[in-house]
Amino acid sequence: MDNKEKETVINVSGLGVSYGEQVILSDVSFTVFKGEILVIAGESGCGKSTLLKHMIGLHKPDTGKVTIDDIDILNADDEMMRRVRRNIGMLFQSSALIGSMTLGENVALPLYEFTALPDETIELIVKMKLAMVGLSGYENHLPSELSGGMKKRAGIARALALDPPILFFDEPSAGLDPVTSAGLDMLIKKINEGVGTTMVIVTHELQSIFAVAHRILMLDKSKKGIIGEGTPWELKEHSTNPRIIAFFNRRVINDNSKGK
Amino acid sequence: MEERLRNKCKALRDRGTFFYLAFESYGIYSYIELLMSYAFSIKSEQNGALRLSISGSMSIENLNSMIGEFKKLFHEQSPSELIVDLASVEYMDSGGALFLFEMENEAIKKSIPFNCINISQKEKSIIQLLDKNILTQPPLVPKVKDLNLIEQIGKTSLAIYDDLIDVISFHGELVVDMVYSLLHPFSVRWRYVLLYMKKVGVDGLPILGLISFLLGLIIAFMSSLQLKQFGANIYVASLVSIAMVRELGPIITAILVAGRSGSAFAAEIGTMKVNEEVDALITMGFNPMRFLAIPKVFAAMLVMPILTLFANLFAIGGGMVVGILGLNLTLYTYVQETMNALALFDITTSFIKSIVFALLIAAIGCQRGFKVRGGAEAVGNATTSAVVYALFLIIVSDSLFAIILHYID
Repeated sequence: MDNKEKETVINVSGLGVSYGEQVILSDVSFTVFKGEILVIAGESGCGKSTLLKHMIGLHKPDTGKVTIDDIDILNADDEMMRRVRRNIGMLFQSSALIGSMTLGENVALPLYEFTALPDETIELIVKMKLAMVGLSGYENHLPSELSGGMKKRAGIARALALDPPILFFDEPSAGLDPVTSAGLDMLIKKINEGVGTTMVIVTHELQSIFAVAHRILMLDKSKKGIIGEGTPWELKEHSTNPRIIAFFNRRVINDNSKGK
Repeated sequence: MEERLRNKCKALRDRGTFFYLAFESYGIYSYIELLMSYAFSIKSEQNGALRLSISGSMSIENLNSMIGEFKKLFHEQSPSELIVDLASVEYMDSGGALFLFEMENEAIKKSIPFNCINISQKEKSIIQLLDKNILTQPPLVPKVKDLNLIEQIGKTSLAIYDDLIDVISFHGELVVDMVYSLLHPFSVRWRYVLLYMKKVGVDGLPILGLISFLLGLIIAFMSSLQLKQFGANIYVASLVSIAMVRELGPIITAILVAGRSGSAFAAEIGTMKVNEEVDALITMGFNPMRFLAIPKVFAAMLVMPILTLFANLFAIGGGMVVGILGLNLTLYTYVQETMNALALFDITTSFIKSIVFALLIAAIGCQRGFKVRGGAEAVGNATTSAVVYALFLIIVSDSLFAIILHYID
């Protein structure tokens, strides 16, 4: 990573989000570089998923700016936005597969939208993507016929359909057994090494973090923003922030001042 | 055997608030369940201190009576110090811990020292789970207070106004996307248009056919009772056909489609919204309006005129049954009379009306679906309001049609 010229892919600056009077994030700024795996970590409810949804332009923030490939996604027109969306894949926390479509149709959706490939080729690509996540043969299953872990993997297959240069994962291993979760980490690493895909992963699973992350961004509920940044080992070994130490050592923070 | 029983009793006691007695009769062991109670024993010491020994179960079930009894005691005695002895407490849960806090608070209020002695390790752990400061902390979001009448009227009016703006802007957006889809026919998911045409049209036909047949039958029968008196039986045919084709046909079809399909559209899109599927579509670069709403709206608009035609035909059929069997009309005269009564204008307006109704029903269904936030309850509300709003719009637009057609005709 270090000896390469670092190229900015996503830039978030001064992002502020609040629901009503409750402030979720305030003044969050960071950069995602080409080819890296950035993990956004933090305790539950600290705004990780919210941050991710703002990064892909699903919600509009109160303040701040997000650019992907130098395109300001908050002010981009439809054509620009389409170009951005062609380049990103997203795995939702709930997988968000279209319930009325089979897995094959779900994975084929982005292919039909963005390419003019013939049906046979699309079918082959779908087979390949499903096999990549260990679901070969499930093309004609409906999402409702699958277990939670399988849905998640199908969601990844759909996110990978167009081999997008940027991938977003919202808690990929939440609710998965350790074996499947490890397999997923390996898949993430292989795609990153093989294709050089830039990845932003929201997770709070320590093992996944150490397995895949190049860099971590620690969010915190009470600060409503970033409290630490660095490689997993840097943060674990050298951080002096009690919250980061507690996170990496699975320690309970005893603070009653949280709400004050 | 006895030892096993004793162990079992102990286990049950440790687990919960119930105390089990076991006895043997005719070799069968049975358990009698007694609600375990608590007891206070008090001792006033020389220096004015009150020593309160609690025995038995300090549980949630007993919390209310414990607090009541304690307060009474405390006010009667008004001691200079409070010592609570937990040595013979057999069971304590979070209710018991809360009771300890209550006693401490009372003591603090009277500014006398409070002491709790003989706390076992088990009781200590449950007490440690409670945090005194948190009990008095205000919630992060204040409780929604009940609004007074004027506030309620204002809030509801604003909600209706906002809703109206939403509906109008949604229709505007929809029309723009419909024009786009007509200019780019390949962007429309025609497979889904066909699917929804089947769902709205073919699947709805049996019930629509039955209702309109019976409706025709009823109109013919009721009117024949009156017309018979004047020997004007022959006019039953024109009455049924004009009533159905001009007014009732489009209305009945619209009400049925609103109930069957408008609600289904709202529920489908609403559930997709709840499951983040709509967000996923946006992320994949789809326009949810074109992807989800357009096929439904096109399908409804294509199939509603045909349904209306069928409704009219079935009703005329119903009238015909009454005419032939009850009024001694021949099939030929009945058909002839119907043909004479109907003008092409009536049939065209019937079609136009049904197309407009279809647009309104499908659009409201989709709009309500897209507006869903939250969970299962929100989907249910959206479904209900899709049907109610659609019926409202159908009646309003039908009245407008009546006025406009009156001037055209």
